[in-house]
Amino acid sequence: MTRPPLLKVKEFSLEFRTRGGTVRALEGVDLQVHKGEIVGLVGESGSGKSVLSYALLGISDRAARVTGGTAVFGGMDLLAARESELADLRGREISMIFQSPRTALNPIRRVGHQLEDVLRRHAAAPGVDLGKSLKERALQALRDVAIADPERRLAAYPFEMSGGMCQRVMIALALACRPGLLIADEPTTGLDVTTQAGVMDLITGLARERQMATLFITHDLALAADYCDRIVVMHAGHAVESAPTKTLFAAPRHPYTARLMSSTPGERSSVASLQPVPGSLPDLKRNDLPACRFAERCERSTDRCRDERPRLDGAAVHAVACWHPLSETVTLAEPAHV
Amino acid sequence: MSDHCRGRPLASTPAVASKQAWGGPALPSAPLLEVESLHKRFPVSGRRGALLHAVDDVSLHIGPGESVGLVGESGCGKSTLVRLLARLLDPSGGRIVFAGQELTEVRAERFARTPQRATIQMVFQDPADSLNPRFSAREAIAEPLRLLTGLTGAQVDARVDEVALQVGLPLALLPRHAHQLSGGQKARVGIARALAVKPRLLILDEPTAALDVSVQAVVLQLLADLRRDLGLSYLFVSHDLNVVRLLTERVAVMYLGKIVETGPSEAVFRAPRHPYTQALVSAIPGQGPRIRLAGDVSSPIDPPAHVCRFHGRCPQGEDRCAREAPPLLRLGAREVACHFAA
Repeated sequence: MTRPPLLKVKEFSLEFRTRGGTVRALEGVDLQVHKGEIVGLVGESGSGKSVLSYALLGISDRAARVTGGTAVFGGMDLLAARESELADLRGREISMIFQSPRTALNPIRRVGHQLEDVLRRHAAAPGVDLGKSLKERALQALRDVAIADPERRLAAYPFEMSGGMCQRVMIALALACRPGLLIADEPTTGLDVTTQAGVMDLITGLARERQMATLFITHDLALAADYCDRIVVMHAGHAVESAPTKTLFAAPRHPYTARLMSSTPGERSSVASLQPVPGSLPDLKRNDLPACRFAERCERSTDRCRDERPRLDGAAVHAVACWHPLSETVTLAEPAHV
Repeated sequence: MSDHCRGRPLASTPAVASKQAWGGPALPSAPLLEVESLHKRFPVSGRRGALLHAVDDVSLHIGPGESVGLVGESGCGKSTLVRLLARLLDPSGGRIVFAGQELTEVRAERFARTPQRATIQMVFQDPADSLNPRFSAREAIAEPLRLLTGLTGAQVDARVDEVALQVGLPLALLPRHAHQLSGGQKARVGIARALAVKPRLLILDEPTAALDVSVQAVVLQLLADLRRDLGLSYLFVSHDLNVVRLLTERVAVMYLGKIVETGPSEAVFRAPRHPYTQALVSAIPGQGPRIRLAGDVSSPIDPPAHVCRFHGRCPQGEDRCAREAPPLLRLGAREVACHFAA
């Protein structure tokens, strides 16, 4: 992977100024996604996964303020871009699939019309066949996501469809203009396992077929393991480990990653073998946050962890932000998944 | 528990009658809960005479101290079955026998005020939604005690403290309201509230679905400990099959209102016999090749009685499956409803 990454986020920091204090939601986050690569962004709720993706699209909450770092997408500086430039980008170059399709879709607009809205806004998007009518292209978008009976679905309202089908419509909306980067934020939360498998197969299948870069945000390590080329683990606003999926599962190096794996029920685990992560996420409003935000939950922490922030070496294949990482060669006694 | 619930009108049943022995003694070796041919059909609005078969001829038993899992996709009737068993809904047919007593003779709306209400308790899916936001943790746990046990004042407080310690909820958190508690703490309140009245059967409806994995692990371990220490029976409803496998001895798989497979959890997940269970197990992340199901779930409204419910999505479907619905047949320790399972 010597090509330049399609998305390159460097030392990215963001805070929310609230009445209750400043929430340091992201600090010094490094992230790269290459063309055609599926990267899993994994962490517990509150780790900053969604905040990061919203910031990339320029749709953060008004209280958010970027305090440092850069985010470059295909040569374009996302942080310096004007709102109109970002608006042209969203849905066309970078698309997002949101967590709950039922609330993300417009409840009082037919599915076909919602698709046409996107296609009309980005009429000159690459890969768009201008010879076809909007309706034909909307129909094709539904066909691409393998919705049964797409002609009839064009006229349907979201409430008339199942959760899995709504998610397919969301995917159709996101991919209608053939974006270079897809951000999928917990796309299968709330779906059944069989539906989840279908939706994930669909997203990753289209990503491979179209050489689309995909940032897949999830709290489910096992799911990320099944579908991602590389996984980036986040904890309390820090990216703590980044590695190719197989490498990460064979030998996690950050103590948090290792604990996350051993707390996930797997095929071979028993109730007793589950090892929960001790403590809970630190309050990001605190002024006395330790430099490594995992330090207070970590058995290996020393004074250095409290005083000096370990950084993720962006160039390394298996990067870990830890002063006392687990050995590269020792595997976990009982990995959740292989 | 005496048979006062059968003989006398319930309105006059004194709630204090069961104060000393909540739950009552177990009959040795008899199942704690026995469900026979349970049905629930809902009328369909706008379609006169049409019935939605939410639960269709379900039989199930749970022994004392046994943990049974109930799995299936959304819309398969899990929640309706749970609501029937918790006596929040009246069945259209069939029997629910709990500790030797026929529960279905009491209407659901009356059941809420009978002492037996305490014997079957529920832990709901999302503790954030199921706790009253205006109640403190102490009030939330105390409410069923006041309504169902006849305990008062200091007795209630003592029992709340006792059960809070049992579930690992620090007493200092009891004055807090739901929004001041973390997800894991709220889950503990939900469990404490259910345990306060000393139930014998706990129905757990996706108790960890809203929790992060690390918190989930703690709650799962707590549930396993509580069952062992208190000798409880569990009906554990979840779509996370890895969690079900961890916490149950037996599992029942539901599809479109019917139970299609039952058996020891280990065996069912290792070697599923029903094609639907096979697809379900193959969809667990980290399982290797997936079985893809074609088509959609068929309609639960007036399903034809002679067609297998899985026909149309089943990779093995043959003509026979459209002519003859397979009954749930016993095969050793397993039960499977499929023509091709034997």
